[in-house]
This record gives sequence, C-alpha cells and structure tokens, in this order.
Amino acid sequence: MSSTEIAPDSTRRPFTGRRVRFGDVSLQAVAGTAAAAATFLVFLIAYKVVRGAQPAIGKYGLAFVTRVAWDPVKNVYGAGSFLFGTALTSLLALAIAAPLAIGIALFLTELAPRRLRAPVTALIETLAAIPSVVIGLWGILVLGPILRDHVEPALHSALGFIPLFGSPSSTGSSIFTAIVVLTIMILPIVASISRELFLGVPRDLKEGALALGTTRWEMVRGVMFPYARGGIAAALILGLGRAVGEAIAVTQVIGGGLGIQLNLFATGDTLASKIASSYQGAQSNIQIASLVYLGLILLVFSLIMNVSAQVIVRRVARRQGVGLNRGGLG
Amino acid sequence: MQRPNDTSTIERSVKVETHRQPMPPRERLERIFAVEHLDALYGGKPAIKDVSMDVYKNLVTAIIGPSGCGKSTFIRCLNRMNDLIPSFSQTGSIRYHGQDITDPGVDPVAVRRNIGMVFQRPNPFPKSIQDNVAWGLKVLGLKDNLDERVERALTQAALWDEVKDRLKASALSLSGGQQQRLCIARAIAVEPDVVLMDEPASALDPIATAAIEQLMHSLKSEYTFVIVTHNMQQAARVADMTAFFSISRGEEGQRWGELVEYDATEKIFTAPSDKRTEDYVTGRFG
Repeated sequence: MSSTEIAPDSTRRPFTGRRVRFGDVSLQAVAGTAAAAATFLVFLIAYKVVRGAQPAIGKYGLAFVTRVAWDPVKNVYGAGSFLFGTALTSLLALAIAAPLAIGIALFLTELAPRRLRAPVTALIETLAAIPSVVIGLWGILVLGPILRDHVEPALHSALGFIPLFGSPSSTGSSIFTAIVVLTIMILPIVASISRELFLGVPRDLKEGALALGTTRWEMVRGVMFPYARGGIAAALILGLGRAVGEAIAVTQVIGGGLGIQLNLFATGDTLASKIASSYQGAQSNIQIASLVYLGLILLVFSLIMNVSAQVIVRRVARRQGVGLNRGGLG
Repeated sequence: MQRPNDTSTIERSVKVETHRQPMPPRERLERIFAVEHLDALYGGKPAIKDVSMDVYKNLVTAIIGPSGCGKSTFIRCLNRMNDLIPSFSQTGSIRYHGQDITDPGVDPVAVRRNIGMVFQRPNPFPKSIQDNVAWGLKVLGLKDNLDERVERALTQAALWDEVKDRLKASALSLSGGQQQRLCIARAIAVEPDVVLMDEPASALDPIATAAIEQLMHSLKSEYTFVIVTHNMQQAARVADMTAFFSISRGEEGQRWGELVEYDATEKIFTAPSDKRTEDYVTGRFG
C-alpha cells in the first residue's frame, strides 16, 4: 500500500506564522485596560477610605462600630446609632417592598390584560429613573405631612402597643418616612428584575404544570417561584444594597437624630445620611476621620451583600441541577 | 400518471404491524369525546375548520398530517390548553362524556384535571425526580400513600427501575427519553381519564421512542390516549384509530387544517377512501 501526499498548493497561504491582526490586538488592549482600571479603582477607593479613617480607627478601634455616640463638642464618636438606623430602615423597606415588587412582577407577566402590560412596565421603570433628590423633595413636601397627619396617628392608635409604633412625629421627618421613601426606591428595581425572571420561566414548564390541572396560583407557587428563586434573592439583595447606600433622599426625610430606639416615628440617621449631612460642616480632623470610618463600615457592608448575592445565586443554580436553562431538551 | 382509485398501485411504504388486539365493533365502543363542527382560530384566522370526530375510550387515537395542518391546535382544544393563547377563539362543540367543554362556564382547570397532556419537548420541572411526580399529587390533594403513588406512576411509565436509586436527583440529570417518561409518569400519577400526547417522541431517539410506544400499549386498558405524530410508522404501530388532517387553501391564499379522513388505523394505511390520505400515507405527499 502506498499513498501519495497531496502536493502543497502554492496559491494557498501556509498555516504557520501568525499574522498580527490590528483589530484583535487593539480590542485586547482597550478591553484589558478598562477591566484593569475598574479593578484598580476599587482597591484605590478602599485604600483611600481606610487611610482617611485611620485617625479614628487608631483612636477608637473596633469599639467605634457599636458605640452609640456622636458628640463634636466632646469629640466622642461611634457608629452604633447609624448602623442601627441603617439596618432598621433598609430591612423594613425591603420587607415592605419585596412582596409588593413580586406582586407587581406577577401582575405584569401573568395577570394584567396584555394591553396594560407594556405601559405599566414602562411607568414602573420610570419610577426607578427619578433622581433620588427629587423623591426626597417629594418626601419632605408631600409624603412626610401625609404620614404625620394620617398614617402615623392611625398606626399609633391601632398598634401602639408595639414599640415600633410610638408617638407620631411633629415634623413629618422620621425613620418611618425614610422607610417609605426607600421602599419606593427599591420597588422598581426588584419589580423589574423579578418581571424579567418570570418572563424567563419557559412556557413549557408553565404549560406542564397547568396541564396537570393546577390553578394559576398553584403553578406560580410550584413552578415559577422555585424557578426564579435564586434570581429574586439576588434582586432583593441588590435592593437592600440600594437602600443601605442611599444618602440624599434619606437625609432629606429622616430628620437627623441619635440613639437607638424602636419608635419608627422618631427621627434618626443612617450611615449614609450621617455622612451626607455632616461632612460639610465637620469641624475637627477626628470628626472627618470618624465620618470616613462610617464610610468604611458602609463599604464593608455593601461588599458583604454583593458577595452573598453571588453565593446565593450560585447555590440555587446548583441545587436546581445542572444547566438551569437547558429547558429539558434531551 | 396514476389513476386516483387504482389501489393496486399503492406501495406499502408503511408496514402496518398488527399485534394489536382486534378492535371491538364501533357500536360497542364508548365515546369519550364527541367533537362537532369545531373551528379554532388564532387572531381571527382559522387554524382548523369544521372538524367532527369521536374519540373512543381505552383506544389509542392518532392524529397524523403534514406540518401546519392543525394537529397540535386540535389536540390542545381537547384540554382547553389554547386558553393560554390570548388571541385564540373557537366555535363548535367538544362534548366530553356528554358535557360541552368549550362552554365558557366550564372551568379549564377541572377539564385539565381529567385530561392530562404530554408535550413535544420533555418539560420536567427543575425539581427532583420524585418531586416531579409528587408535586402534582400534593397540589391536587392526592396525598395519601404518596410514595406508593409515585412508585406506581414511575413503574407504569417504565422508568422505576432506572431511577429508584436516585429519586432525589434532579430530573434534569436524566436523558431526554427518561425525562419524557418522567413527564408521562407525572401526567398519569394524578389519575387522569385521558392522556393527550403532542408529538411525544419527536425529540427522542428510536429506543426511547419504542419505550414510549410500548408503555402506551400497556396502559391503554386504563387510559385513553390521543397522540399527535408526524411519524406515520408510529401511528401505524400504536394507534387503533387514526385521523388524517390536511391543509386546505382558500382563494386568497389562506390556509387552514381540516380533517380529511378518520377511521381504523388499518383502513387508513391500507385502504384509505380519500385520495389525499392515500397520497400522504404512501409518501407521495408534497
């Protein structure tokens, strides 16, 4: 047996010798630089914040985190009050926003008449686009007085035995107003992400459930929720991050206050609102350093939330089996 | 050119296997569906026109025909699945055990509770194998002896031996054929009266297809099957009755599906009475 090798074709370009392609090289350079710059920026900001907070860290140490104090006269500072305010406002805002947002998303994907879906979706997304300072103004001028005159007295008289619903505020600026403002700000984010997730549930799956003779609600609960669970959890954490970090609107309506108290109708402050309201008028270097320390705590907070969002998404995806989006084609 | 009625020229391109039991005479069969003058429309355009046929209890009824002839539309009328499509409308009547299920007052959930469906693409839920079957049972309140019911359904669907050691594993880890049998188990676990199958084997390999045909044979004493298939051999193998749908064209280019011929499977494949059926089953269609 003998075989002849096909003679090399002189018109064909040999495969050896890599050509330098200008487009590929410049794409690599531009994209690589951008990615490196973004990563570098994160570290730079973290470094600067730690540096700026250094005097306060050196003076107060970790006790700063939980100490409930902010006294520029005696130069005693602590984050406790603001951490509490941040946790209270953002968690309650999330607790109110979550069911509403998921309800809106379900309405827009499953229940609303088709003609209504596009316009209502657009309106809800517009809500997310309103600058927070405008929502804050609305909070001062409209929402605050309404809550003070109508909602707070009603909640106080009906549920006053719960410490959360103490005596109504006198100005309309309160933790409660901040919670409502934050709810309004979280709502469109969580709703529009959840809507996308529900739209992503394969029609096959929904029909498979309905074909068994289940009702729409049973189908939603048994198939759509589990399918979208990981994504919704991530959306909620994203919303929580927004609430924790929101400075302007909260500063406008929360009233500024110190101390740990459960009464929602009292004034308070969050980490972000304290930084926003006090940085301009800070008197001493140690006060500035303490404010930056608050910023550092905020930074660590959001970092933890970001990471946990990713962990949740991955864990849920893994639990649902290989290839969430395989759709079942074998 | 061939003359239309010269039956001797029909090539037996489809081999009809006759290991079925002979069908009882038509008058002794119990009618489960009586479809009369059914028109189904999407956005006002008819997808099928004037379909009238009866479906009999404990038989396998196959719907065959070219793509676009409205086979799937028809079968989805039988369990009100088309309700999910907003532009859909229908006229005519579908009596199921005597009750017209096209009536707006009829609860589609109750209809589907009795008339199950298996889809073209396997669509197991992103849950464990066990939960795929158990979920429907739990939701529909068939909670007694849950494990037993799951095992029974999986056994009936000829899947139990393959999955009994990994019931907690994700259903998505199964092969396509196993997934489809799981979907059949899920459908029969809730004890429906009728199981509709919309091209259940079109995404499967021949071995998985044979398994599904086999289980239809063994289960038809308990259920009534209506199967849509584009595969004529499959219809010839599994069906007692076969309906042939074809596409009709209007003067202005409209197309709709209609029922051409409905008869015992052997008759359809060996001695069809309509020229269009003959052309289709002998492969001269097109």
